Amino acid sequence: MTRKKNAPLRSMRDLMRASPFLLPSVVGLAVFSLMPIVLSLLISLTDWNGLDKLAVSGFFADHFIGLQNYKEILSGGEFWRVLGNTGYFIVLYLPLLLICSLGIAWLLSKSYRGVGVFRVLYYIPVLTSWIAGALIFRWVLSSKFGIVNNILEIFGIQGPAWLQSEQWAMPSIVLASVWKDMGFYGLILLSGLQGIDKNYYEAASIDGAGAWKRFWRITLPLLTPSLFFVLVVSLINAFQLFPQVMIMTDGGPNGATQVMVERIYKYGFRYYEMGYAAAFSWLLFIIIFAFTRLQLSAQKRWVHYGS
Amino acid sequence: MKKTLALLLALCMAIAVFGCAAQTTEPAAEEETTTQPEAAVVDAAAEAPAEDVTITFCNFNASGGQEETLQAMYDAFHEQYPNITVEIETIGYSDYFTQMQTRVAGGTAPDCYELNIENFAAYSAKGVLAEITGVDTSGINQTALSAFNVDGVQYGLPGCFSNVVLIYNKDLFDQAGVDYPTNDWTWDDAQAAAEAIRALGDDYFGIFAPITYNEFFKVAAQFGGSILNDDKTAFTVNSPECVAAAKMMVERVTVSNVQPTTEQQGGMGDWDWFMSGKLGMIPTGIWAFNTFAENCDFNWDIVVEPGMTQKATHFFSNAYVVNAESENAQAAMTWINFLASSPEAAQLRIDAGWDLPAITDESVLATYLDLGLPANRQAVFDSLNYLTIPPIIEENSLMSDIITSHLEEAASGAVSVEQAMDDCQAELEATIQLG
Repeated sequence: MTRKKNAPLRSMRDLMRASPFLLPSVVGLAVFSLMPIVLSLLISLTDWNGLDKLAVSGFFADHFIGLQNYKEILSGGEFWRVLGNTGYFIVLYLPLLLICSLGIAWLLSKSYRGVGVFRVLYYIPVLTSWIAGALIFRWVLSSKFGIVNNILEIFGIQGPAWLQSEQWAMPSIVLASVWKDMGFYGLILLSGLQGIDKNYYEAASIDGAGAWKRFWRITLPLLTPSLFFVLVVSLINAFQLFPQVMIMTDGGPNGATQVMVERIYKYGFRYYEMGYAAAFSWLLFIIIFAFTRLQLSAQKRWVHYGS
Repeated sequence: MKKTLALLLALCMAIAVFGCAAQTTEPAAEEETTTQPEAAVVDAAAEAPAEDVTITFCNFNASGGQEETLQAMYDAFHEQYPNITVEIETIGYSDYFTQMQTRVAGGTAPDCYELNIENFAAYSAKGVLAEITGVDTSGINQTALSAFNVDGVQYGLPGCFSNVVLIYNKDLFDQAGVDYPTNDWTWDDAQAAAEAIRALGDDYFGIFAPITYNEFFKVAAQFGGSILNDDKTAFTVNSPECVAAAKMMVERVTVSNVQPTTEQQGGMGDWDWFMSGKLGMIPTGIWAFNTFAENCDFNWDIVVEPGMTQKATHFFSNAYVVNAESENAQAAMTWINFLASSPEAAQLRIDAGWDLPAITDESVLATYLDLGLPANRQAVFDSLNYLTIPPIIEENSLMSDIITSHLEEAASGAVSVEQAMDDCQAELEATIQLG
């Protein structure tokens, strides 16, 4: 072979040579990702209950109801209320997450003794399962027996009823989610921080710039690519908020923490309305897609690429 | 040489992917070839088929401690029917229904499996269950049997039943100077006792009856009301009887506070409260006996649940059903009939302290009375005289979630009970089509 390394494929022959290596991933992608996506779109156009056998011929003809699921969802109040709850979560979660991740990244970017240990410690919550984490948080946030309220009592503050209170249930979930995710995004921002050339800081301090100015004028602008990534990914994940809600509050109290995916799950697997749930999930997809599209086009305005 | 090796490795990986997919379909293929001759014999003969048959059975009730009891039942069964082999699968309750739904929809459901009352209506309405015929069901409790009979067709056999009794803390009653509850008590008597116990201190509560759909339909029956009308064509949740029932449940929390609010609960569940010794009374299932016997370091006993204008007690039962697509339906029916009605299985169930078999044989049931705490086990059988079966409709889960959410709203004090029940009635009518 006389091709240059990394040159693009030039012929069908190259493709044929590459295909056995691509096959496992492509087949997995097709069967477990693409096929279900297409099927779920088709299911969203039916009134399937999730229990009747799906692979029967003539199924689609029998159950087809067109866009009726979508109409029902959009005209009912529940969709908008639940979207509002999800939006409330995002508005609280994203800023707090960004601040905490940035803080962690900055703390871990210095080299002092034991920094490696701290990097592991902050990442451990990311690795734990949400089942374990949510159960522990349920206990920690107990209004009478949890340590949070016990500690607050030492300072003479009467802690709220956290997960049992309508006002504090969603903030509780935000706190638990930030605890779990800040290690992951912190690590991403850490690598972004470490990619900033030290010379910039030296030059700036020679010119007399203080710590805050150095942060605002050098660190942040050069960090924007990583920040952009964190923003896009965390927004996509925030819209899909699910395990912590199911375990910590199950949508309560009084529906204060009912969110999009929680509704999808209940409609699909508890109320036997799979077609409705599929339509719901496609509407969620459209919303996430729109936001991501917005972010990608806003990229040009605030993200600085290049060294 | 290296290139060939790399190619071979890639091919192996690709084959592994396909191989995994192929494996799961193999057992199905096997079953088809061995059961072709069975296809004709579906309901006629009362005997099990003579050829060797393997059936699959899935359940949730045995999970968490009773897997060995179930295995012992199978061993007894296999002795009587050596030609029928049962592959038993036990799955935890929380995952059971999600995966069962997927299996039924995908056509890979087992020959027979277990369902609870809540989901039984949905499954039977979708036509995925086979009619149970050709087995002798005379040894089975008729009330339990009728719960799984839809329009004259028997779709399930009750494998067990359990009910709800009032469990009370004798030491707290002594401390408050109140007489122990008797079978003649009404909720007014219980309320007086609860208030006396509540007065013992800030941390003490008189009673804890969860304000959920499951409690509500029973209490409504105790007031002479019901969630649906007689022929199940309309909801009646805002009838005066239902509102009175909801009021009693809610006012325990909001007015007399003999029951803790969610904030006062502090995240502790109702059983935890009782086991801590700070709760006077709790109406809960008989499946709590083992846990309470192990963990309560005070004296406790049980009594039939008080009523109001009449008594009504919960009746829970899990059914064994047969897959309509099963090619070994007769063998499956023989197995589940054994589980549900044979004296051997019943005795094993009782001895293990599992739950009660839904049989009519009094002598077998009598051994339940000798199992240890609580002393007044007779109350479990006395409660059978006042059974209320939950109102079963197709959209059971949706109905129960809607009712529970409105009851919760009333209990939080956000709306009045009357308003909550009117809202509930409206939402039920708008969301669920009946009859």
